[in-house]
Amino acid sequence: MNVLRVILAVPEAVVVLAMPPLLMSVIAKTKARFAGRVGPPWLQPYYDLAKLVRKAPVHSRTTTWIFRAGPIVSLAALLTVALLVPVLTRGTPLGFAGDVILIAYLLALGRMFTVLAAMDTGSSFEGMGAAREVTFGAMSEPALFLSFVVLAVAGRSLELGRMVGAPPLGAWGPVGPAMVLVVGALLIVLITETCRVPVDDPATHLELTMIHEVMVLDHSGPDLAAITYGAALKFVLLGSILLHAALPHGGLPAWLDPPLRIAELAGLAVLVGVLESSLARLRLNRVPLLLAGATVLAGLATVLTLMRSTA
Amino acid sequence: MNVQAAVDIVLVLVILLDLAMLAVSRLSTLVRLFAIQSLLLALLPMAEGLLSGTMPGMHAVEITGGTIGIKVVLIPWILLRIIRTGEIHAEVTPFLGFAASLFVGAVLVAASFAVSARLPLPMTPLSAMLVPASFSTLMIGLFVLISRLKAITQVLGFLLVENGIFLFGLMLLKSMPALVEIGILLDVFVGVFLMAIVVYHIRRTFDHMDMDALSELEGR
Repeated sequence: MNVLRVILAVPEAVVVLAMPPLLMSVIAKTKARFAGRVGPPWLQPYYDLAKLVRKAPVHSRTTTWIFRAGPIVSLAALLTVALLVPVLTRGTPLGFAGDVILIAYLLALGRMFTVLAAMDTGSSFEGMGAAREVTFGAMSEPALFLSFVVLAVAGRSLELGRMVGAPPLGAWGPVGPAMVLVVGALLIVLITETCRVPVDDPATHLELTMIHEVMVLDHSGPDLAAITYGAALKFVLLGSILLHAALPHGGLPAWLDPPLRIAELAGLAVLVGVLESSLARLRLNRVPLLLAGATVLAGLATVLTLMRSTA
Repeated sequence: MNVQAAVDIVLVLVILLDLAMLAVSRLSTLVRLFAIQSLLLALLPMAEGLLSGTMPGMHAVEITGGTIGIKVVLIPWILLRIIRTGEIHAEVTPFLGFAASLFVGAVLVAASFAVSARLPLPMTPLSAMLVPASFSTLMIGLFVLISRLKAITQVLGFLLVENGIFLFGLMLLKSMPALVEIGILLDVFVGVFLMAIVVYHIRRTFDHMDMDALSELEGR
């Protein structure tokens, strides 16, 4: 990590941090278009965030400091992950060998604090949502890790910034079939972690069917803003890992990277919007099957990669 | 994209379809997945010719045509017809849950890869993926045979096993006469035909096709 890289990271960081709500807007607009509506204005998520930040938070008297720490720790964990994931350029400001494990566990830490904050309220609905979130989180983790294994073997590095996005465009080398499986597995992980249809429905208003939304019912004001923004940021980060793995920019000049990546993220948001509009939400007891499927995909990819790298 | 990569991707898809057949709950979807898998397998003899740089021979065309005709069109048609007309309850009832059988399937696939890496073969196969894919299909077929209750899923398990053997036989493509190949295909067809009739009669006589209920003989 040199000084120049850190200075260059500042404008990148500004764009990366400003972008997430806009991508949520892209998803909302895509869904609205499918439903034949106009949809909310492009900047609506920003207005919402600004409104929430201005309000005073309301804390229930039964809650402890954990409830207050929940949103802050989750957002801080995600912001740290943002330093380790390549988003707009190749390489990361803080990458080091083995950072994939830190990334996975920072995501888990954020989730743990959201869950703890939900349980801290003592509400039975929130406890139920917490149980679901933990179950699905635990089931999507093996898929994420096995995907990282494949990427690490293929990229011959343990640093996420070097693992993905390095090989030339369109040439995945000897691990072609495995990469297709990994991209599939990462897409399922992305949808699970960001709580989109078919796993969870961010727009649902029935506590019994919610997963993520039910956990944050008691948060208000700036806390809710942190959670909403964190969810959007998570989409950008996991989406970037997926895009860097699926579409490496190896052969292209480096200055093309940021505009292309922004376009690809927008494309991914449109894809998620299309998926949300065309798929029904899975029955809750079918979700583990989807996640098991993702794990099996990633596991098969691991077997293929290991077979190739030893042969 | 060269032919080798295409063959690899086809073989990965074959394994994925095996696993998908463990996770799917609708009988008609199962049959369609089988048809897709057979179609992919049918394309492989043609790739053999393309790999060596020549046009696929008459032999390969015969096998591809026969496979498509019987395993992609005829057998799925018969099975779908039974499912529709036999008033069969259109859902699979496994002994083992879907997620659990998916994991068993994944273990079987991994084991196939491990075993086939140690297998001494008399000739180099079409692709390094061929033997693992064949073993996976075989093992998952056997697993479907023992873990599903319905007579019709057992037919499908049997067909999966046959697909695995077909994949393995691709290595011997050059030395196997077309007559033998066509004979095997016809055997499978007749087998499915007979099983279809049997299933239909089980259904007519007992009002269900739960094989588990057929395990006791009535002694008189």
